[in-house]
Amino acid sequence: MKSLAELEQIRKQTLERINLRKEDKADVTRIVIGMATCGIAAGARPVMHAFMDELNKRQLQHVTVSQTGCIGMCRLEPMVDIITPDGNKVTYVHVKPEMVPRIVAEHVVNGRPVQEYTIGAAEDQ
Amino acid sequence: MRDISLHLSDIVQNSITAGASLVEVTFRLDGAGVLRVTVRDDGCGMSPELLERVQSPFTTTRTTRKVGLGIPLLTQNARLSGGDVRLQSELGVGTVIEADFHTDSIDCLPVGDLAETMATLVLSNPDRPDFHLTCASPSGEMQFSTEEIRQALGGVSLAEPEVYQWMLSSLREEIEPILGGIMK
Repeated sequence: MKSLAELEQIRKQTLERINLRKEDKADVTRIVIGMATCGIAAGARPVMHAFMDELNKRQLQHVTVSQTGCIGMCRLEPMVDIITPDGNKVTYVHVKPEMVPRIVAEHVVNGRPVQEYTIGAAEDQ
Repeated sequence: MRDISLHLSDIVQNSITAGASLVEVTFRLDGAGVLRVTVRDDGCGMSPELLERVQSPFTTTRTTRKVGLGIPLLTQNARLSGGDVRLQSELGVGTVIEADFHTDSIDCLPVGDLAETMATLVLSNPDRPDFHLTCASPSGEMQFSTEEIRQALGGVSLAEPEVYQWMLSSLREEIEPILGGIMK
């Protein structure tokens, strides 16, 4: 494996960052990506990578990325739920990696969901 | 599925659902161009009856729907290349799934972004299970183990963005020289 010594550096940096985060645990925004057979086949894995990339670029502290299984609307995959600290959940459908920077900037950072990518907009069509 | 690494993302999910504490993934390319992908877990295992039915798309352990396509799709793609899939399982011991792909066949899927698959698997399952990855070909061999990373990080979660980026770049760098010829 690549030098494990580098991990020591990462550990120190991350610990500092985590300490910042611990003070206000309630402020965490959760990004949940559907990663069952249907989600993966539709391209969920590059979407998950795009979210991690964007969070890393912006050094966002209060955001976690996780995965879930199939929730039964396979035709709308890849699907992403964003649950903000106020408890509101917005579901994005047919998500592509190119859409991720805008979702992070407008929704995660500025609190305004990107309406045109949401399940509501897709079902109206 | 467009490549073998996407199948892996999917198949490993079965090991996680089975409560595995260690998932060992191996990609071994021999001199004759046969790629053997093995996933071995120490999860709950399957009874002989379930093992017999598991190749059917109408078998699934979930209760919400009556279809499960992970293993049938993998089998279809392995067979398209002239290979096949084998399963061994024992209740309380674990499961081994082994898929052979003939990489010189025009119908063989590319390996795809195996580094991204492994990094996203660890990211989504930071506490359990541990993952081992071995890639081997006539050009060399590489090993990756989340146990070692966990130890080096001393309590920092494997899901932290910095750790994810490190795993991804480290995996990319090490897999490329070994499986580079069949990745795309």
